[in-house]
Amino acid sequence: MNRLPEPPPEEEEELFRRGLFTTKLDSLVAWSRKNSLWPMPLGLACCAIELMATVGPKFDMARFGAEVLRFSPRQSDLMIVAGTLTKKMAPAARRIYDQMPEPKWVIAMGACASSGGMFRSYSVVQGVDEIMPVDVYIPGCPPRPEALIAGIMEVQKKIEKMSRGK
Amino acid sequence: MIFVRRPDPRFRAWTYFWALVKGMSLTLRHIFRPKVTLQYPEQRGEFSEGYRGLPSLVRDQHGREKCVACYLCQWVCPPRAITITAGELQESPVEKFAEKFQINMLRCIMCGYCEEVCPEQAIFLNQDYELTGLTRAELIFQKEKLLEIGGVRPDTIQKWKPLLADPSRSGGRKQ
Repeated sequence: MNRLPEPPPEEEEELFRRGLFTTKLDSLVAWSRKNSLWPMPLGLACCAIELMATVGPKFDMARFGAEVLRFSPRQSDLMIVAGTLTKKMAPAARRIYDQMPEPKWVIAMGACASSGGMFRSYSVVQGVDEIMPVDVYIPGCPPRPEALIAGIMEVQKKIEKMSRGK
Repeated sequence: MIFVRRPDPRFRAWTYFWALVKGMSLTLRHIFRPKVTLQYPEQRGEFSEGYRGLPSLVRDQHGREKCVACYLCQWVCPPRAITITAGELQESPVEKFAEKFQINMLRCIMCGYCEEVCPEQAIFLNQDYELTGLTRAELIFQKEKLLEIGGVRPDTIQKWKPLLADPSRSGGRKQ
């Protein structure tokens, strides 16, 4: 079970015992956000296979509330860029990012998405952070599903910090 | 006006119901099967010894940095993730060392060519696989960090040992 970011102080404990629950709205919103991330899978290459494995039964991203992969950017708040972003694909990727409603986060999954990887080529964008702000980078070629889960946990930490104004 | 008599749906509905029961029985059978989910942050998977994770530099059992800055790993690296600057060792038969040794983990594809090509067995791929960063800069590892990750790996051959013990045997090297 995920606990709320800030437990109630002493004088509120009696209320808490009676079933009344008090929290800051910011913390509550952040808690709900971080435990219901809806990823937008921008699967561009082989990393997308690992992304699919992460959603599958062995690793089960649903344990982190992020199992609803939405193929519509309008419904999602976490973009997982999985794979080689070519210059031809870049305008479409940026457009999808722009279509996502705020607040939104971006994970650059794999070597290609984070830095261009081994494709030091005229046709490949050298890291998706050239066209959109990236929150978490995950190296690996491709990263294991565990690494992607670690990245999602990193995003969750970031969301939690955001509510505290850090 | 023509009245068309619709076929009686009850029989077809009955066949559909059996398909539903069959499907649900499969689901029920799966509920009682052993669970396959790896509870990741608490529970970790097992890998074989040859698993290729993140690269790191190692020291030998005497605490000596084994890298001699021969640049082979830099040249063999497919994504050119490794950058070395060589320095000269005074009064040592080894002569060269890596002044700077940098691996860009974002570029690294864990292919293991560096480990394969290294004549000094100074670079190894360890079992670490989960690495995340909030910025690009924190994922570019310098020599100190790489040595820290790699730790000590005892050397069986120790080809420098006789020369380090007796520097006068170091060929044409001027002392």
